[in-house]
Amino acid sequence: MSARMPQGGRQGGSRFAQFKLVLLGESAVGKSSLVLRFVKDQFDDYRESTIGAAFLTQTIALDESTTVKFEIWDTAGQERYKSLAPMYYRNANCAVVVYDITQAVSGPKPPAVCAVTVLTVPVVQASLDKAKAWVKELQRQANENIIIALAGNKLDLVTDSPDKRAIPAADAEQYAREAGLLFFETSAKTAENVRELFTAIARKLPLDQAGPRNIRSGVQRSGVDLRPEASNTQGAGGCNC
Amino acid sequence: MEEIASEYDVVVLGTGLTECVLSGVLSVKGNKVLHIDRNDHYGGEAASINIESLFKKYGNYSPGEEPWKKYGRVNDWNIDLVPKLLMSNGELTNILVSTDVTRYLEFRQIAGSYVQQGNGPRATVAKVPSDAGEALRSSLMGIFEKRRARNFLEWVGNFKEDDPSTHKGLNMNTCTMKDVYDKFGLEATTRDFIGHAMALYATDDYINTKGMAPDAIARIRLYGNSMARYGKSPYIYPLYGLGELPQGFARLSAIYGGTYMLNTDVDEILYDGAKVSGIRATMKERGEEGDGMKFKTKCKKILADPSYFPGKVQVTGHLLKAICILNHPIDRTDNSDSLQLIIPQSQIGRKNDIYIAMVSSAHNVCPKGYYIAIVSTIAEGDSNHHLELQPGLDRLGRIEEKFMGPPIPIYEPLESGINDNIFISKSYDATSHFETTTDDIKDIYRRAEGKELVVEGLREGQNLVADE
Repeated sequence: MSARMPQGGRQGGSRFAQFKLVLLGESAVGKSSLVLRFVKDQFDDYRESTIGAAFLTQTIALDESTTVKFEIWDTAGQERYKSLAPMYYRNANCAVVVYDITQAVSGPKPPAVCAVTVLTVPVVQASLDKAKAWVKELQRQANENIIIALAGNKLDLVTDSPDKRAIPAADAEQYAREAGLLFFETSAKTAENVRELFTAIARKLPLDQAGPRNIRSGVQRSGVDLRPEASNTQGAGGCNC
Repeated sequence: MEEIASEYDVVVLGTGLTECVLSGVLSVKGNKVLHIDRNDHYGGEAASINIESLFKKYGNYSPGEEPWKKYGRVNDWNIDLVPKLLMSNGELTNILVSTDVTRYLEFRQIAGSYVQQGNGPRATVAKVPSDAGEALRSSLMGIFEKRRARNFLEWVGNFKEDDPSTHKGLNMNTCTMKDVYDKFGLEATTRDFIGHAMALYATDDYINTKGMAPDAIARIRLYGNSMARYGKSPYIYPLYGLGELPQGFARLSAIYGGTYMLNTDVDEILYDGAKVSGIRATMKERGEEGDGMKFKTKCKKILADPSYFPGKVQVTGHLLKAICILNHPIDRTDNSDSLQLIIPQSQIGRKNDIYIAMVSSAHNVCPKGYYIAIVSTIAEGDSNHHLELQPGLDRLGRIEEKFMGPPIPIYEPLESGINDNIFISKSYDATSHFETTTDDIKDIYRRAEGKELVVEGLREGQNLVADE
């Protein structure tokens, strides 16, 4: 129940703040892998499409007295058919938009199973363009002051064989600069730049306002906690009638 | 676009709350679920929509006008289409807790629960007493009646269905609630607020039905226990509106592998003999060029809301509803930022109660200074439906905008689904809470899975791949 932890504050001169971070990007660009590397320092070459990695937290100590806790929301695969719910974007403080630097085009894979007939001609689109579309979607649906980082993932693949690169780093960097985004090329596999990415986000977050939900702290105070242990009367069996 | 699997255990049609809870539960239990909605948003009839969408849905403005513009940012509005609240101690709350969907939602109390006595200009509005102590302070009753009501509520609190010594000499199998009220000598007006504002019966049918007393007592206890949980009222409500509930359960389903497709029309239901065997469908976004993505997949079962199978459902009644935007709280309700107000049918010469459910900016459903009140009841006549709602509208005072469409049909399935493996939900009914919705959820689960849905510990033993 990490979401119900204290949302932020100052204790003994140290600062603690919690923020909601959402992941966006096409299927199979490595969104979950990036988070798994950041949170558990693990990588799995044959990871299936996201199942279960839907709500993770990780803290970063920015300095001796400042701790930032990320509450990380994975898409849970709902981006696959453009069916992400508005709830996903709600009150997100920061977002990582991920693309695959080795992927110039993306379209439907050939149907692996016979029952499927895909009749549409896919629009051929560079994976960076798709990332741009996700940034637009964020700007439409999320808080105005959301902090967005662009992450070109699968850097390990081009380190071994540079000809696999499909998106020049300079192109992405220029776009990120124009759009006011943080930018990193990352490898969930080797961990390159993963921690740097999240640390850069943490440094850009408005720590003085301490925490995502403090924006609506009035609501937080009067909200109710549904957990049974949060209530004095629940489970006592008796009725106050 | 990624390929769709060739086969699913269950295809769910419609993303209303009933369907999303079932989709979530079935995914948690290891079923492969494909969940489809023809709309571009989650929630179906149980969605919350912004004020521009509301104007467009009801079409009550002239072409060229944009009346929503005077109400601030359209996305600051989350207006429910179904007027319901959650009982704090009700079954939906239990399901939310046991599935951990509470992680994605925040709840706030509804500030008050009120009941009207009398009619027309002489009508009064009073807080519904929730326990014996409040009964003694209530303005609803005279001094002697207060004591009788206190005795009754104390007895309800100590009642145990399997312990006849707590039954006050009544035979619970055969007696009626009238017998119980008679035993305590309660006056008609007291019976009215107990039966309608605490037990939340919308008609008086319960009073003379034999063997109904334990149900009435259970309902009064649910009210009392829900009230006791947080204090102000028996109700809680999710920030940003009821439409968050289906989204939360859809996310649960997706986390456990459920596949979600909005903007998808079902072209054909495929059968193998009498039983359903699959679907053909087309996913196409609004304004998208071309034919969209057509696909076919097999399935063993379909769960659906009534709109997907008009030939397999019947109409059981009609709901009347007016969504009203106010810029002030409701008179005589202590300036409550949110409330339920019940006008019992007997007070206004009707068979069905009129409900008012009101929420406000305190629940992040509208900008500051506004209030959204929904007046609803079951239609009793064939025409002049606005007159049926009038006693409720009268309570609201000045109304900035009123959205009232034709009577809304309430559907239920003709068959259980055992024969064709198509399990259809009921429409959201006129009750003010979700208890009948969770009854339907459990009933569909029982029909579709052949066993009871056990709410406690739903997620226990279901390991998440990378959960904390």
